[in-house]
Amino acid sequence: MPGNFLTTRLDAVLAWGRKFSLFHYPYVTACCGMEYMSAACAHFDIDRFGAGWTRFSPRQSDLLLVVGTIAQKLAPVLKTVYDQMTEPKWVIAFGACTVSGGIYDNYAVVQGVDRIIPVDIYIPGCPPRPEMVLDGLLKLQEKIKTQGQDWRWKKKTS
Amino acid sequence: MEKEDILTVLRTAFPADVLETSAPFGDPVALVRPASLLEIMTFLKAGPRGFTMLLDLTCVDYPDRPERFEMVYHVFALEGCRRLRLKASLPAADPSIASLSGLWKNADWLEREVYDMFGVRFEGHPNLQRLFMYDGFEGHPLRKDYPLRRRQPRLPMRPES
Repeated sequence: MPGNFLTTRLDAVLAWGRKFSLFHYPYVTACCGMEYMSAACAHFDIDRFGAGWTRFSPRQSDLLLVVGTIAQKLAPVLKTVYDQMTEPKWVIAFGACTVSGGIYDNYAVVQGVDRIIPVDIYIPGCPPRPEMVLDGLLKLQEKIKTQGQDWRWKKKTS
Repeated sequence: MEKEDILTVLRTAFPADVLETSAPFGDPVALVRPASLLEIMTFLKAGPRGFTMLLDLTCVDYPDRPERFEMVYHVFALEGCRRLRLKASLPAADPSIASLSGLWKNADWLEREVYDMFGVRFEGHPNLQRLFMYDGFEGHPLRKDYPLRRRQPRLPMRPES
């Protein structure tokens, strides 16, 4: 038979498609947002890694970037945004405040967004360099590649 | 108020209500009786060269003093770029003082912030509700006796990872 075809597994091809088509929703509340803009724009350009499509509706996105301090007052809003996203979805905690509350160990600030929603990748730093953001993105892609894929006619695996 | 020291003017106009005056670093400061604050502010604001602008209004908690809360008002006269700071001490139990929201619109939110953070009540305020913290929040977080580690989350928290 002439070699004009290749074989793969459905999981592998789904993972390949998903990791290079991350539509992200930037949930920007604080100064980390400047670093996010830097990472997203031409100088560092996350589009090189397939995550350039910024969606400003959680319903159209599958990567939630939580960028900046989350106050207790804001926590229900973040939870609603996360709940509105359709599966499959991933979350990156961007910066020290979202990872752990950062320097704000006080009455007003959530001590890490993983107390509200599940987080896949933690990017520390105050703020993190754009290179760290890109590294976090690559690590997320690595995770997507190796994790079991959800698809509609298959039982949920992860 | 022509070319005259504002503190002298105040002491002359309100001999019983101005308790203390000083001018650290050249900035005039007057400690006044809380009951006469509104009257003094009305006096200061009036007139063509009056202090027409309320720059800031805040509170300081001194837990060791019997008169625990000290209100601090910064007013500014556009004419001549003059500044004046007024202070008033309030008791620890049920601190309250007259609202300035009738004189300056911006006092509305500033006083709501002070109420939220320190629990000082402002008599005559049109809408004295919390400004920053949410409904259901208990206590006043900038009081020195608010527990440092007390958390009042609005959502049930997931376990720490």
